[in-house]
Amino acid sequence: MRTMKLRAAAATVLLTALSGTLAACGDAGSEGEGVDVQAEEVEDGKFEEGSRMAELAEAGSITIGVKYDQPGLGFKSATDDIPTGFDVEIAKLLVADLGIDPSDTSAVTYEETISDNREPYLEAGRVDLVLASYSITEDRRKVVGQTGPYFITGQQILVAADSDVESIDDLVGETVCSVSGSTSLQNAEDAGAIGAPADTYSQCAEDVLNGTVEAMTTDGSILLGLAAQNEGELKVVGPEFSEERIGVGYSQDYPEMCEWINGVLTEAYEDGSWAEAFEATLGGDDVETPEPPALDECPAA
Amino acid sequence: MNVVLDNAGDIALAFIYTLSLFVVAGVLSLIFGALLAAARVGPVAVLRKAAAVYVTLIRNTPLLIVIIFFRFAGPKIGLTFSFVDIRVADIRLNNLYAACAVGLVVYTSSFVCEALRSGINAVPLGQAEAARAIGLPFGGVMSQVIMPQAMRHALPPLASVQIALLKNTTVCGALGVFEAFARMRGLTNDFASARTEIFLAFALIFVVLVEVLSFVAYRLERRWRIV
Repeated sequence: MRTMKLRAAAATVLLTALSGTLAACGDAGSEGEGVDVQAEEVEDGKFEEGSRMAELAEAGSITIGVKYDQPGLGFKSATDDIPTGFDVEIAKLLVADLGIDPSDTSAVTYEETISDNREPYLEAGRVDLVLASYSITEDRRKVVGQTGPYFITGQQILVAADSDVESIDDLVGETVCSVSGSTSLQNAEDAGAIGAPADTYSQCAEDVLNGTVEAMTTDGSILLGLAAQNEGELKVVGPEFSEERIGVGYSQDYPEMCEWINGVLTEAYEDGSWAEAFEATLGGDDVETPEPPALDECPAA
Repeated sequence: MNVVLDNAGDIALAFIYTLSLFVVAGVLSLIFGALLAAARVGPVAVLRKAAAVYVTLIRNTPLLIVIIFFRFAGPKIGLTFSFVDIRVADIRLNNLYAACAVGLVVYTSSFVCEALRSGINAVPLGQAEAARAIGLPFGGVMSQVIMPQAMRHALPPLASVQIALLKNTTVCGALGVFEAFARMRGLTNDFASARTEIFLAFALIFVVLVEVLSFVAYRLERRWRIV
């Protein structure tokens, strides 16, 4: 009997600890529902016959790889049907161009991709497109197609509100958290900080909050989202010390998708839906909407 | 293979972290596990029960939960390990490292305890009775007579527990220690075109490390065998 009680007490301690960490990931996404994007009519011959776009439009369903844990870019809380964020808004524009209703979850699957599995998912055809804060790099272009960028961001630092850290230079020899395997973690190490790999960004934020690590670093837009979740306790500091060009990933089996993606993005730049998407997600009252970045040329097919 | 060779320095540093976690947690878990085993077979009822509860609770809890407890619940109740800050050249053993190491020790000790207990059970009861008959106290009976014989029987399961520990250190890669697993994820993400090579290289190094460990255990087994 005594053993039972002890065990129950210990289980309660563990459960409390767990719910503590879980609660930290929970309360985001209250910020706006995003833009309501309507599906476009697809006339015959809009897409070349046999192209991947024609196949997708014909099938009426598509799978998009997005992040679930980056407030402002791709974030899905437990109660959301569709993730929210800038990546998702751009994905909606692409989906709508295929004549598919972006809010119809039976036609569009927003599959979670983490940094590690974006290329394998594209190569295996598990997702059709990846919009998951996917930085364009030369090495990735060897295995998958990437086009864009539709957004340019840089790496900044998130510290406790009472910290006097001002830039990455103040963090030489200090512990800095970021998601394991990310370019941000590598950049922080290159700058002389001690990297602390974590599984998710919210886990890093938790570590900064309870003082286990000095700071965390990744794209400024993600940090702003985390700081907004913990207003008054965390702040974003420092100039951007790297440049990440966020683009759309597609499979190399379908090179024709590149021109199509660029076309949709150009249209979104011109008709203001890109700016609208930005304002609905990353933008705020005191954030100025930037100029859309110039797109890369598609490789000759 | 170029990617692996170009980053050999980083990979070596990562495996130093892996091995240091293994050595620290391995030695401490052997000591703590032996104490637990002694408590479990000892004459004090309270200690016997307490050790049994410890083993039942920890052995039935996934490792990740144990380490997350020290990493995230610990700081909430003021247990930050911030007094740990050891620097040796490029190696930096900080509070995150300490929390992970403590988690590994707490978890592995319960398995060490049970492996040792299986060894103790294999020692004939007459040995303990004879040791008591010549007037040895409990400590003497354990350290002079029972444990040396028990170690011999417990060596194969102990080796398995320590091999599992070596591989379990990879859990720390997602919780703040830049060991082999975290480094591998960094490399596979930076060099998407060379994933297979990177995976194979890391798997191979682990196979070699475990093989060395099994070899040492095998030699000890032969050395301690009763002729």
